Amino acid sequence: MRGFLVLRVVAKLLMPFMLVFALYVQFHGDYSPGGGFQAGVIIAATMIFYALIFGLPAARQLVPEALVETMVALGVLIYAGVGVAGLLLGGNYLDYFVLAHSPVHGQERGIFWVEVGVAVTVSGVMLKIFYMFAGRQRSAEDE
Amino acid sequence: MAALTLGIALQRNLYAVVVLSGAYSFLMATALVALDAVDVAMTEASVGAGISTVLLLGALYLCGGEEAKPLTRPWLPLAIALVIAGALVYGTLGLPAFSDPTAPIHTHVVPRYLHDALRETGVPNVVTAVLASYRGYDTLGETTVVFTAGAGVIALLRRLRRRKDGGHKA
Amino acid sequence: MSVASHFSYWVTILLMVAGLYIVIARGNLVKKLIGLSIFQTSVYLLYIAPGKLIGGTAPIVSPAFKIYSNPLPHVLILTAIVVGVATLALGLALVVRIREEYGSIEEDEILAADGAGGDDE
Repeated sequence: MRGFLVLRVVAKLLMPFMLVFALYVQFHGDYSPGGGFQAGVIIAATMIFYALIFGLPAARQLVPEALVETMVALGVLIYAGVGVAGLLLGGNYLDYFVLAHSPVHGQERGIFWVEVGVAVTVSGVMLKIFYMFAGRQRSAEDE
Repeated sequence: MAALTLGIALQRNLYAVVVLSGAYSFLMATALVALDAVDVAMTEASVGAGISTVLLLGALYLCGGEEAKPLTRPWLPLAIALVIAGALVYGTLGLPAFSDPTAPIHTHVVPRYLHDALRETGVPNVVTAVLASYRGYDTLGETTVVFTAGAGVIALLRRLRRRKDGGHKA
Repeated sequence: MSVASHFSYWVTILLMVAGLYIVIARGNLVKKLIGLSIFQTSVYLLYIAPGKLIGGTAPIVSPAFKIYSNPLPHVLILTAIVVGVATLALGLALVVRIREEYGSIEEDEILAADGAGGDDE
């Protein structure tokens, strides 16, 4: 797909909008449909789109394997970390109301970080699975 | 959607089946919007028609895209399917009617969620509030499931990566 | 009890049985996985359809609306969708490995190859 000029130009134009839309879905998930999962999937779809148009090695250069593998684990750690923060500040595990000066603000802060963790893990896992499927050589002819 | 499902069952070219399943997923998302489930529709459209299609196409590239003709006519599975359908229809006769406000699903804990979510969490989207705050443990478990799936795929597919001579890469 | 009041359940049952038929009647492993995902989407309908209230709106609290559809099934099904795609990804990884080991993804060919050559492992 590298030779098609229209596809390359349109892809480069579209990708920032897709990423901004993913961020909008993530952070506006409190007021409209959205949230962590949808945003994570849209981020992964943006990177898959880039890999389809510009080739897998270019995508691997943009988002290296090590970064993706780190993202996969980091999201779960963020989520569990919010729970542990609740423990350290005086409440039970995953209590949000102790996280800030007022319970409602604590809830908002807890929900924010939890959704960030979910989005990071989901986008990392989807992108990693795509890398694994697309990077594998078809070995049927060798056998 | 029934027509799409029939096409998926009968079609033997697997690439066509993948396209049909993507169309099915979009129709399901539309039906979900009609049922006021907007978060779920967004997730189903992005995950079902986006990620699933990409993964299926990747797997088909690695596996070959044609299904073999079945050797015997599948009467027994068809009979089993019809019997199960009959039993399920009989079972649903006792369920509450569509959009019945006095059904048990609307009367136990949901009025409390709808009344208090904005006041207690400051988040108008009740689905996000319930998902992240009232039922936060479930979401932690789900994130762990996604992580485990990623780890499992890494464990399964890590060998034989980009070696032209077919040797294993440890 | 009329057709209109239970129609959503029957649509769900139709899709569920169609997915089940694809899983048990087709030998190709990838097609079985697609049938399984059809089965899963029918279960989403099974949960969300009873939550809908005619005249209600999406469960986002705002001063303009009084009646909301039930948000609790939405939460459960959000989790279910993500778990479903995780299952599909793992299943497809397994199918790719099976293809590399046995050379085919048709169920009867795999069983034949397993029965013929796998006894000495």
